[in-house]
Formats: sequence, structure tokens, C-alpha cells
Amino acid sequence: MEGDEQGGGLDGFTIPDSPSRPGEESNFEPWTYTPEDLSQPDPITCSSEDTTKHAEGLIRVLDDEGVASGSWDPNLSADELRLGLEHMCRLRIFDDRMMKMQRTGKLSFYMRSLGEEAIAISQTMALQDHDWLFPTYRQPGCQFVRGRSMVSMINHCIGNVKDNVKGRQMPVHYTYKEGYYISVSSPVGTQFSQAVGVAMASAYKGEDQATITWIGDGASAEGDYHYAVNFASVFKPPIILCVVNNQWAISTHKNFASGGENFATRALPYDIPSLRVDGNDFLALYSVTKWARKRASAGMGATHIEILTYRTGAHSSSDDASRYRPADEHEHWPGGDPIERLKNHLILIEEWSEEKHSKLEQKLDEEVVAAYKEAVTHGDLANGPWPPASTIFTEVYEEVPWHIQEQREELGK
Amino acid sequence: MTEMNMIQSLNSALDNLLESDPNVLIFGQDVGYFGGVFRVTDGLQEKHGSKRVFDAPLAEGGIAAIAFGMGLNGLRPVMEIQFADYIFPAYDQIVNEMAKLRHRSGGEFSTPVTIRTPAGGGIKGGHHHSQSPESQFTHTPGIKVVYCSNPYNAKGLLISAIECNDPVVFFEPKRCYRGPFYGDPHNVPTWKGHEYSDVPEEHYTIPIGEAHLTMEGDKCTVIAWGAMVHVAEQGIKDSGISCDLLDLQSLVPWDRDAVVNSVKKTGRCVIVHEAPKTSGFGAEMSASVQERCFYHLESPIERVTGWDTPFPHSTEWDYMPSPQRIAEAIKRTQED
Repeated sequence: MEGDEQGGGLDGFTIPDSPSRPGEESNFEPWTYTPEDLSQPDPITCSSEDTTKHAEGLIRVLDDEGVASGSWDPNLSADELRLGLEHMCRLRIFDDRMMKMQRTGKLSFYMRSLGEEAIAISQTMALQDHDWLFPTYRQPGCQFVRGRSMVSMINHCIGNVKDNVKGRQMPVHYTYKEGYYISVSSPVGTQFSQAVGVAMASAYKGEDQATITWIGDGASAEGDYHYAVNFASVFKPPIILCVVNNQWAISTHKNFASGGENFATRALPYDIPSLRVDGNDFLALYSVTKWARKRASAGMGATHIEILTYRTGAHSSSDDASRYRPADEHEHWPGGDPIERLKNHLILIEEWSEEKHSKLEQKLDEEVVAAYKEAVTHGDLANGPWPPASTIFTEVYEEVPWHIQEQREELGK
Repeated sequence: MTEMNMIQSLNSALDNLLESDPNVLIFGQDVGYFGGVFRVTDGLQEKHGSKRVFDAPLAEGGIAAIAFGMGLNGLRPVMEIQFADYIFPAYDQIVNEMAKLRHRSGGEFSTPVTIRTPAGGGIKGGHHHSQSPESQFTHTPGIKVVYCSNPYNAKGLLISAIECNDPVVFFEPKRCYRGPFYGDPHNVPTWKGHEYSDVPEEHYTIPIGEAHLTMEGDKCTVIAWGAMVHVAEQGIKDSGISCDLLDLQSLVPWDRDAVVNSVKKTGRCVIVHEAPKTSGFGAEMSASVQERCFYHLESPIERVTGWDTPFPHSTEWDYMPSPQRIAEAIKRTQED
């Protein structure tokens, strides 16, 4: 009966909520983290315990004014920084155009990387060209770094006759084997544990090849996340396990994915060194990835990274984020915007200017428009030409078995 | 030729491939040092090293996921799910991932995983050491499904499965590991002296997709797989009716010509499996036989299956198809 007095029933457990909902003030704690907070431990000798502060705190290189400092500064050349900036802008402008095309019915669906561009771009730039990439649908930017043509990406998104996956997958579910970029699949989280097997195979073959994989805060509640971390802890393959904590999984706030505030410290009891990094800080992302890559090359096994960021756009073209969170929430994110921050840094060190930036954006806009125009010469989703219907039946198996052949003949195409 | 039981012949298949292909790795729960709860991997770690044959954490979903990744990155993993009943945490990785990878990637990627798993009843295993979930995989395009029944076909089919570039779910009838099972729990022979216990020590294959004609007759076609092949053999003998007994061996793809030709010859058909009846693979066989042989059929197609209930413990002999039920079904097909 005491329970009843305390409320009992549903009052007996907790239903979390997001800090703010539509119509309410956005509510983020201001960050007090500075680039000087955390020094860089030796990647080769460090234990998981040595990274406790790095998992609890936040690794930053760029401060709010755009000044780079601290032991995590990767000291990239101005050319490298400009290349990173260009790829991030390319991704944003590409996304913007594709989203518009989705709104006019040219694409069935779309997902932007808005606000998270630094992750795919910076981390891929920090890796070797032959390292495996096991992304979610929010890291298509890797492909720009690995040299995939924009036309080829659009061909996929509009499912035309040149789509390399032959019109079989939804837009943004890219496959790019040449760039060691796995075929993205919709069930969230499955890539995270698969990547551990990929890394085990690289280690078995004795190749200096690392694997990086990403998972969202929401999908980190899936068993696949926990399988991956545990298998990586047990078998110690060369893998970089990244949790992109962008606060939202469609409308599900990260408070439903974890009872705690921190996703980085989860890996410490698995005896895996873990870092927490400002996901809108291009330089910090680059640096932690290099650090993890050194551990992989040295045979030190897995590194776990929480990437703290904010999903500025809606989950996809299918949801309106203002229905479940304040429409201006992204403006209050303490980490700001990744492109603005790198741009400001470059201007501050006198390697960039607003004028150059405008010109770059204009050039990229023209690049995207030209790529789209070229792609639609190979057909579009509404009018075709599409891949032939016979592709429904091929590559289900290495060879078409009799029962599928019969069905193909029944379709008569 | 060496006389082997099914455990030994499966072990021999794995041994041959570990020897010949450095990309073959074997892992699963208890398969390493201990050699597997049914001893199928006995001695393989000692012989080939712990980098080739090793234990995995107790996480079927993780085991399937790393197998997927290894296969994608050039290896030929052979993973064991200790009991088919425990395959379901891995279901997403098998059905949504392995099965679709080649297709969804436009042929750029594939993963040649073999999933070995002991299945079926007859060892007093209750709900969760007895199920035969083949139809939960035959319904998924992109994976092949194989069900061995004796030492000879176990080895030849397993080698084919591992060498296949598509993912294969390979069911092993655990009741038959040490001997054929004729439906009499009080009289369980070993494989000693059985014609299918003569097994070559060297590499050989039985193609996936081919059925085996185990008995030849002309009055009825009996189709079975796994342990039910032997129970059906007994049922046919008890019926006194001359039957073709087709050991299907592969369920996806299944042997259309063997089935159709036999049913056209006999005009009658009985399908036997130990999994539940509703949506069992027997339903697919029955529908296909009807589509292809309707004008040759002299009587309704019969199915003899496990019941549509959870698998029992004490009363498993009343659950599993018996020679008597099979004989009765065969006799019913002979009525005018």
C-alpha cells in the first residue's frame, strides 16, 4: 500500500522527455569545455582508464572564436583545411539541391547531413584511402573525399539506368566499393557489428587496413551496438567505433537511447579507450580519428568515440522536425555550425575570405546543377529510363536459380 | 572410404577446407578448444590453430554480423549456431543483411557465409533444442537452405555450402549425428554398416539443388528431408507400398525435375517434415506439385508434419511424424 501512496502504477518508472518541445525555449547547457582541457595521451600505450577524462569531457581544438589550440591540434596545412571546407560546402549544397528535387517529386526520399558535415569529411580525410567505411545514411560525404563523382551519386538517388545498384535501394543508400564504402542498409545499427568482422578479416590477412563505423545515438540502443563493442573488446581488431550523438532519432530524443548523458563512457567498462569529441569541430574530429588510426596500425585494437553534434535538419524528407522540437533549436546548439567554424578559423589565420567563400559556394552550386543535368540525361525516377525490370531477378544469388528464372519469364521482361 | 558417423563426416569436411583454403575460418559458441557441444569441430583448433577455429561470445547476432563482415572482406567464414532454436537473435543479420547484400549493392559486394546449425527433435530437447526452422529461411530470397540427412551427404553438401559464394543456412539433423533414426526411440542404431556411412576422406561435393532418390518405387512419391528421410523410409516399408523416397537435401533451390518426374510417374505424393504444418516448407512443396503435376495426380497430396504447437519435452514421440502416420498417409493416397 505504501507504493500506492507514492503513486504506484506508472509513477513507478520514468518516462524520459526531451529538454524542450515545440513552443518552448530551447534548452542546452552552455559548454565550458576548452581546447586546453584535455591533453593527448599516447595512442599506443594508453589504457581505457587513461581516457576516462577524455570520455567524460569534450575534446575541442577550435574555440568559439575560431582559434585553434591545445595538444589535439592536428596542425593541418591551409590547403588541407581549404579542401575540408570545400568538401563540407559541396555536401551541404548537394544536399540542399537534392532536397529541393525531392520536394518537386524528382526523388522519392532524401536525407541531409545538415549540421553534421564535418564528421564524414574530416574523419575520412584523416584515414588511409583503403580503410573501410561502414557509415549510416548520415555520412554520404565520405564519398566526396574518396573521389566518387557527383553524377554517379545522383544516378543512384534518382534510380535511373546508370544507378550502380540498379534501382534497388532508396536514395542515399549508396554503395561505392571502389571507395571501400559499404552498401548502406535501412535497418539501423547493423553495420556497426558487421564492421568488427571486416576489421577482424583485415587483421587476419595481416593488412594495415582499419575500419571505421558510425551509429546514431538512437541506434546505439540496438543490440548491434553492444555486440560490436563487446566483440571489439574481446577480439581487438583495428576498428574505430563512432557514436554520432546528434540528439535526435527521428522524433525520439537521445534520452530514450540512454539513461545517462554520456555515450563515450559506455565503452570504458568494455576496456576500450574512448574519446568524446566536438562533432562540429573539423580539427578535433580529424585529430581523434588520426589518434584512433594510429592505435589500429599498432595492433592496439578498437577505439570508441562519441561525436557530440546536433541534427540541424529533419531526420529525412518524410518528417517535419518542428512537430516534435523547437523549430529554432539548432540555433542554440553550443557547438555552432561546422562549416562556419572552419571558415572562421581559416579567415582568422588569413587563409580565406568571405569573398573567396562566396565564390566557392557559387562554383559548387554550378557543379551540382551541372551534375544533376548530366544525371537526368540517363533518366529519372518519374519517367525513366530505369534499370530493366530483369534486374529484379539478378544478383539475388550469384547465378539465377530455376525458380527465379521461371518468375522472370512470367513477368515477361 | 572410411566409415564415419555424421559428426565425423562434417568434421572431415571442415578439416579438408581448413587445409585447402586459408580463408576458411570457423567460429561459434564452444566450437574452439572444446570442439563443439556435439563434437563436430573436435580437434580442429588443435590441428589448425586458434586463429582459424575459435570460440565466440554468446551473442548469435554478433556472430552473424562478424561473419557478414569477414565474408565481405575476402574470407569464407563458417559460423555455428549451437541450436537452430537460437538462430533468431541473428535473424536480422541473416535475412536483412546477408541475404540482400549482393542484390542491394548491385553485385558490388557479397558475403559467402555458411551457417551450420543442428536442428530438429528427438533428443528430449523440449521447446528450445528441438525446432526445425527451415521455412523461416526458405521464405527469404538471397540465402540457400540445405538440410543433410546422413554422413555421406552431410560432408558433400557442407563442402558445397562453404564453397558457395552465396550465404547458406545448413541444417544438421542432430537426432542423426550418431545414427539414422527410424522413428523408434527404443531402437536407435548407429551409422555402423549403413550404406551412407562410407565417406571419402578427401574433398568431394554434392551440388546444392539436387535431391537424392533414396528408395525407388512406382505407387507414391514421398518427399522428406533431415531426420524424416529415415522415418519415411520406415513408414514406406511399414506401408508395404512401392514408393519413391526423395531426400530433398536442398530446400532452396529445390530439385524441380526430381520431384516433378517422380510425381508424374507415381501420381501420388506425401510430404514429410518435422516442423509445424502451417506455412511449413511442405506447403510450398504441395503447392508446387499441384501447379506442375495436377493432371497426373490420382489423389490429394498428403502432408505429415509436426503439430502447430510448441515442441514438447516428455511427449516428443507424439509430436514428431511417426512411421505409422507416414504409412497411413501413403495408404490414403492409394484409395480411389
